[in-house]
This record gives sequence, structure tokens and C-alpha cells, in this order.
Amino acid sequence: MTWINAVVQGLLLGGLYALFACGLSLLFGVMRIINLAHGDLAVLGAFLVWTISTSAHVSPFWALLLALPVMLAVGYLLQRTVLSRSLRGGPLTPLLTTFGLGIVIQNALLQVYSPDVRSLGGAAGVLSTGSWRLSAQLSISYIGVLTLATAVVVLGGLQLTLQRTSFGREMRATAQDPDTAALVGVPASAVYARATAIAVGIATIAGTFLAIHSTFDAASGPLQLLFAFEAVVIGGLGSLWGTLTGGIVLGIAQTIGATFDPQYSILAGHLVFLAILASPRGRSILTRSSR
Amino acid sequence: MSASPAQPVRPDSEQPMSASPAQPVRPDSEQPMSASPDIRPLWTVRRSGTRGAATGLLLFGLALFAVPYLFQANVVQQLTTLFIFVILAVMWNALAGYGGLVSVGQQAFIGFGAYATIFLAQHGVSPYLAVVLAALASAVLAVVVAPLLLRLRGGQFAVGSWVVAETLALLVALDEDLGGGTGVSLRGLNVYAPNMRRAYTYWITLAFVLVLLGLVFFMLRHRVGAALQAIRDDEEAAASLGVRTAPLKFGLFVLAGFGCGAAGALTLANTLFIQPQSIFGIQWTAYLLFMVLVGGLGTFEGPILGAILFFLLQNQFAQQGAWYLIGLGVVAGGFALFLPRGLWSLLTDRFHLRILPFGYDLYRPAPVIKES
Repeated sequence: MTWINAVVQGLLLGGLYALFACGLSLLFGVMRIINLAHGDLAVLGAFLVWTISTSAHVSPFWALLLALPVMLAVGYLLQRTVLSRSLRGGPLTPLLTTFGLGIVIQNALLQVYSPDVRSLGGAAGVLSTGSWRLSAQLSISYIGVLTLATAVVVLGGLQLTLQRTSFGREMRATAQDPDTAALVGVPASAVYARATAIAVGIATIAGTFLAIHSTFDAASGPLQLLFAFEAVVIGGLGSLWGTLTGGIVLGIAQTIGATFDPQYSILAGHLVFLAILASPRGRSILTRSSR
Repeated sequence: MSASPAQPVRPDSEQPMSASPAQPVRPDSEQPMSASPDIRPLWTVRRSGTRGAATGLLLFGLALFAVPYLFQANVVQQLTTLFIFVILAVMWNALAGYGGLVSVGQQAFIGFGAYATIFLAQHGVSPYLAVVLAALASAVLAVVVAPLLLRLRGGQFAVGSWVVAETLALLVALDEDLGGGTGVSLRGLNVYAPNMRRAYTYWITLAFVLVLLGLVFFMLRHRVGAALQAIRDDEEAAASLGVRTAPLKFGLFVLAGFGCGAAGALTLANTLFIQPQSIFGIQWTAYLLFMVLVGGLGTFEGPILGAILFFLLQNQFAQQGAWYLIGLGVVAGGFALFLPRGLWSLLTDRFHLRILPFGYDLYRPAPVIKES
């Protein structure tokens, strides 16, 4: 029974990782960069939601609605200032600048909010504490289901946007060939800026759910970046539904690891990632991404 | 890649010039000058820098061995720290600047080197021998993880290397014999008097610096160096010209694993105490990025300059905590955007100052006035 419980909890946790992975995957798909500040941007969003929620005494979900436009603007400006210039510097420059940005965000948060561990669980009320109790050992938390549902909605919405809307066509065209897209009237910089805004927006949602699920502090970002990246690689690069699968595999690996000892939780996830990288499937990652 | 000896020497050729520096390069040396006097080109190619400078630098390096006899223990320990920074910066630059491999997980090897030293010392190996063996063990670790990580490119490689570092940190924290999460100290060095211990650690660190710098120096002057610089400038173009990029990157990764492992082991010998969270910490990568980007990515001298600057800043501002790291991040990012080849490129580009003999310069000899 503990095994079934571990798998179910891992499935729900996978929704959270898929949310984190989604923005990372989008930026990689469109701009061919890995944003090393992704986790820190998510935590920045979580702190913004926390600030709004505690100062206005509103539920984190209302606070998230207020924070989202701000974070979309942050993403847009980030691309217009730092990333667009980095992209001109060659394939390695975005890595260097986003790593620097991550360090800056982390330490700025540390300076402003102190290293205290926080949670939005209390502010979310019954949604974060309540659960459906199916048996003595198996219970399904409201927030877990809500996270997984949000992940499905966000991924599905993104998939629909990419396939059905004109903006989605522009993103796909720019991802395939920015120069040719520019020739037919789709300036890459505008597409990139909107894609970054969306990625940071989704990261904010992910950060908020992390904060409701468990705890967060100024230094939480890097680990979330690693989980997001692991989910993307496990699920296969460039596939949004694969990202959901990857998140779920990672989540289940962690919860099963945790049934032996809580210390093994994160380690089990890393080991599954490394095992998949070592497997023949890992070989295909390189070929697919070097297109 | 390999130019046949019969081929005429081109200004862009990576083969060393056999002609003496002042002699102009002629497309066809067999043709007599009098037959076509206009064939004398305006530009000639010569080795940049001088051998004398390299020798002088080597002598300076050897002279540094005398420091423990002349200065106080405090200075010796500080210089050891500086040398460790130099090792790290040069190794990271070899990876990122020449191999195009931006690793944010070199702390995996730093931590592994330190903990391998602890492990060996616990099993009766003399501590300084353990430092050397731990560096070799880090190279072996690099050989093991290279096939995995080198499958990834660019940002994927970066995050992948970070995952390896985190995995090792978690594994070490699980092992109670290695002190678990609370840290562990290197006991075997207590047999030496404190001043002698600092001097020994200093000497072994300096030896590592000289060996690793020498290795990179000769690598860059060798054909491998030309191939690496070609990869640095454009990997696909280099590969299409027949540069075998995969083995070169593998070699760089193993070299960097060795160097960073040595740096970790030496950090332990210098401070005598380590914790998994700090020796495997991501702050190392922040330091590396700062040193190499400010000094000069993809140059030989730049990382050394960057390490010296970082060392001075560290002494001055490290107490500032978060603000210090914010400053490091901003400056490193700023250099990546606005001065990607770092401060050293200012010296070489603006003032045409080239000290060490790498690569070649185009040189315009003074016009020769012919007597008719």
C-alpha cells in the first residue's frame, strides 16, 4: 500500500515539475537557450505572490492573478535587455548571463527577505491542507490534484497556442529559422520577447504552487531548475506532453526514493536522470537537439 | 587540418613559420625577386610574443618557491589561496574558453578531490600523497562521467554537470565516515608544525600551478592548441575542416577534472576543514565565471589576471555577503555582454601587448626602398 501511495503522490508531484519544466522547455524550443535563472525567476515570482498575499491578506491564488502581469512584464523586459544582447554574443553567452542573473536574483532575495524558510500553505487554507482520504494509507491532497490539473491546462493551452494561433505559428517559424521568419515579416526579437514573457509567467505559476505545496526560500531556485531540466530531458526535448511524462517519472522516482529514507528523495531523481542519460535514449537527446 | 610540407606558407596557416621573423613570406620562394619585384607582400606573419617572456615567467614561477623562507605564514597561506584560484580559473577557461563547454558543475570535481583526500587519509595514506592521488582520482571520475555529459551540448551540458555535482554532494552527505552533512577535518596534517604545514601546502600548490599552466601552455602551442582555438571560434567549421572535436573535448574535460580535483584537495589542505554544502556549492561556479570573464575568456593570461583580481576583491568585500555575490554576478554578466574577451583583450587589442608566444601576428615590415 505504501508503494501505491508513493506512486500516486509522485504522480501529483510530477505536475509541479512539469509546470517548472514547461517554461524552460518553451525557451529552449524557441530560442535554443537554457535559461539558468529559470528556477530563480520562479522563486522571485513566489516571493512576489507571498508579499501580495501577506500584505493584502488575500488567498495566494488572487495574489497570483495580480503578480502574473508583473512577471510577464519582467520576462518581456528581460528578453529586451539582457537576453537579446546575449543571443548576439554567440551560443555560450546566454548561459553566462543567465547564470549571473540567477546569482543576482538569489542574493537580492536573500538580502530583501532574509534566509527564512516560508510557505504559502497556511494562506491557501483548506486547499493546501485538505485531502480525499481513500484508505488508511492513501490520501489524495486537493493541492496535488489542482497542481496536476493546472499543469495539464497550461501544457494543453501552450500546445494549442503553438498549433492553432497565428502567434503560435510565428513562434514555430522563428524556432525553425529566425532569419527566414524575419524575411516574411515575423521579427524574431518580438517573438522571443513574448515567448520569454510567457515562460516567466508559467515559472511564476510553478513557483506559487511550490510555495503552497511545501516551503521555499531565497536559495530554492537552483534545485527547481535542476528538477525542471531533468523532467525535460527524461520526457524528451521539444515535446510538451513528454515534459509532463518526464515530470511524473521524476516525481515518482523521488517519492519512491523517499519511502526508503527522506534523504534519498532528491538523490533518486538525480540517479534516474543520469540513468536515462546513460541509456540509448540519452544518445538521441543530442541528435534531436542539434537540429 | 594537416598541411602538407610542400604547400606554400599562408598567413592564416596554423603551422609554425620556419622563416625568420623579419623575412617576408613569399607565395613562391623559388621565383627570383628581380623577375617580379611587385610580388613582395605587404604583410608578413610572425610568432606573437617572445620566448624570453615565457622563460622569464617560468623563472618567476620557480622563484615563488622561495616565498615561505622570506614571508610570514599568513602571506604563505594567502598566496596558496590565490594559487588555488589560478588553477581553477585556468581549468575552467580551458573548458569554456577553448572547448566551448560551459560547465556550472566543476564543484563536482572540487568536492570529489577534497573528499577523496579525506578518504585516502583515513585509510593511512600520507596526506600530501593523498592530495596528488585525489587529483588523479578526480581525473578518473571525469573519464567516467564524460561519456554521459559530453552527449549534451551547450546549456544542457551546463545543467547536466550541475546535476552530477548535486548527486555527489548528496552521496557524500549520506556517508557518516566522511562526516555526513556536518563536515569533516583533515587530521593527518597535525604531525607537521603549523608553519611547515603551510609551507608544504604552498609548495605543492605552486607545483600544481606550474605543471598545469605548463601543460596548457604547451597544449596551446601544439597542433592541439590550433585545433582547440578553431573549436572555440566555430565548432562546426572546425569539425568540417577535419578537427576531431570529440576526443579533444574529452581530453579537456579530463584535464579540467584533474585540475579542479587538485584545487579541491589543496583547498582542504589549506583550510583543513570542509562541509559538503560549501565544497560542492554553486558559489564556486560564480567565482569561476567572474575570474574567467573579467580576466579574459579564451586567452591564456586572462584567467590568471582574473584570479588575481578576484583574490583582491575577495579579501576586500567577502564580508559583505549577499551584496558581494550580487556584485560578482552583475560584473560577470556585464563582461559577458560588453567585453566578452575580458580585460586581457583590452591589453592585447588596444596596446598590442602580447607577452607569451601564442598564435601569430600579421606584421607589416617597413617599406624597403630599392636601390636601382
